[in-house]
Amino acid sequence: MRITQGTFSFLPDLSDAQIMKQIEYGLDNGWAIAIEYTDDPHPRNTYWEMFGIPMFDLRDAAGVMAEVSACRRTFPNHYIKVNAFDASRGRESVRLSFIVNRPGREPGFSLVRREGAGRTLHYTTRAYATDRPEGERY
Amino acid sequence: MITASEKSRMKTGAERYRAGVLKYAQMGYWQPDYEPSPTDVLAVFRITPQAGVDPEEAAAAVAGESSTATWTVVWTDRLTACERYRAKAYRVDPVPGSPGQYFAYIAYDLDLFEPGSIANLTASIIGNVFGFKPLKALRLEDMRLPAAYVKTFAGPPTGIVVERERLDKFGRPLLGATVKPKLGLSGKNYGRVVYEALKGGLDFTKDDENINSQNFMHWRDRFLNCVEAVNRAQAATGEIKGHYLNVTAATMEDMYERAEFAKELGSIVVMIDLVIGYTAIQSMSRWARRNDMLLHLHRAGHSTYTRQKTHGVSFRVICKWMRLAGVDHLHAGTVVGKLEGDPNSVQGFYNVLREGHNPVDLPRGIFFEQDWAGLNAVMPVASGGIHAGQMHQLLHYLGEDTVLQFGGGTIGHPMGIAAGATANRVALEAMVLARNEGRDIWVEGSQILAEAARHCAPLKAALDTWGEVTFNYASTDTPDFVPTPSVA
Repeated sequence: MRITQGTFSFLPDLSDAQIMKQIEYGLDNGWAIAIEYTDDPHPRNTYWEMFGIPMFDLRDAAGVMAEVSACRRTFPNHYIKVNAFDASRGRESVRLSFIVNRPGREPGFSLVRREGAGRTLHYTTRAYATDRPEGERY
Repeated sequence: MITASEKSRMKTGAERYRAGVLKYAQMGYWQPDYEPSPTDVLAVFRITPQAGVDPEEAAAAVAGESSTATWTVVWTDRLTACERYRAKAYRVDPVPGSPGQYFAYIAYDLDLFEPGSIANLTASIIGNVFGFKPLKALRLEDMRLPAAYVKTFAGPPTGIVVERERLDKFGRPLLGATVKPKLGLSGKNYGRVVYEALKGGLDFTKDDENINSQNFMHWRDRFLNCVEAVNRAQAATGEIKGHYLNVTAATMEDMYERAEFAKELGSIVVMIDLVIGYTAIQSMSRWARRNDMLLHLHRAGHSTYTRQKTHGVSFRVICKWMRLAGVDHLHAGTVVGKLEGDPNSVQGFYNVLREGHNPVDLPRGIFFEQDWAGLNAVMPVASGGIHAGQMHQLLHYLGEDTVLQFGGGTIGHPMGIAAGATANRVALEAMVLARNEGRDIWVEGSQILAEAARHCAPLKAALDTWGEVTFNYASTDTPDFVPTPSVA
């Protein structure tokens, strides 16, 4: 399977040139770029690991791209996403978030059902990969 | 007919309160010198007086009948601070290009309204006055809600920012579809449509407004099947998914029961229809806030009073009321789809729902500056006759913080429902990518879609099937204004 979190997961994987253009778009809007990675891609895993803090003061797309490359070298088999953070009043949240690296094989998720009264079901989504400890999953 | 001297002379003291009938203007409801206070509630009505009725007197009558007046003088006014409680018509302008129609501006003191109650606000502003005989027609065009009043409402339980954080979806419009056919599917077959559409790439699916609990599908059966479908699709994609479970029912007790069941099953969103009424909407908003649930509002019924320009309530006012009442999603038009929607008016609705502050914007029908005082924003929903081939137009007109709902444009896809969903998602992501890269999507839109279709057979099939479908009809509800000559 292919995890389709992020803004552009239904497109073919973005080239470095395409990633650069999205970073430029974020910087042109005054947003701070942040890089996060994880090997626990559960849809409700809100806190991916931060590859450093958001780069509030780095306004150069090539510099940001170098950080993306460094993260990929360090975590070649993790999910890595690029976030653009908008600190303006009333938003103060992520404005763009797209995956720039993913494991070679994505085994996906199982759905566990617990039967309850009156035909109700309670659902648990489990990533097959997270049966193993962090760092040994992909 | 009111004479100039009558108009200029508001009666006072004993003369004002002598038993009998006076002109509304003479009773103090027409005050051209009045300077609205920052805490006044302001309203602008389009009035069409009967032949022979002076527009200022008609405006005064609207002010009177929507506040303290009755048809005759009553001495009991003098037991109150009546000058304060009287609404004041303070300005009347002819409607450009529409002889016999006038924009009447009226100011209401904040003390006239119960805090946090849409029912109370509307009972005054659109109460008896809409049946008033001296007017042929009356339309509430816009309102200014002072920050002091806005602060008495809790507003949308979730808001656009937190909705996106909960869904972990940023940087693009969300995608949805309404399950079709609207009526007749069994719960099991219905859930199939939900599963296929969500697995194929949509973020949300939706019950239609009239799917409640009919013989062919009991509400419990629908909820169980839809939540199964949502969870299956979540596991298949690794994304958060949702289905708007419509909890609209005959009584609040029924609605609470259905909403509680949706919560118990783990749904992230419930849905209500506008026809349940303002108080029920506020009750469901409170419930949604207490239970961390997105609240989707379908505007069923609104066109009965929003569509015609001369009589009723503009949808921009409904948008303002619903933002106060507190819903997270509201259907607000598509511009390009099958339902009524002038581009400028629709953008006005979207701005009212989404912005923290609205400047006066007459081309978009916004008559007043509006400060939302930090109230959460409502996600506008574009639904009705839209398809992947219009993606550039939709993104251009409606922007990013919106839910684009392709019902027929997903389920009617020649390769199946999941393929229809994929076509929409690929078209959307390709368009956002291109826009962010600096391409002019308005001009290059069709080309961008054609390029994306090269790696996506479902998108190619969608473009081949619907690429040329448009709904070009004249809009009935367009703003009337005179363009300001440019200064330069």
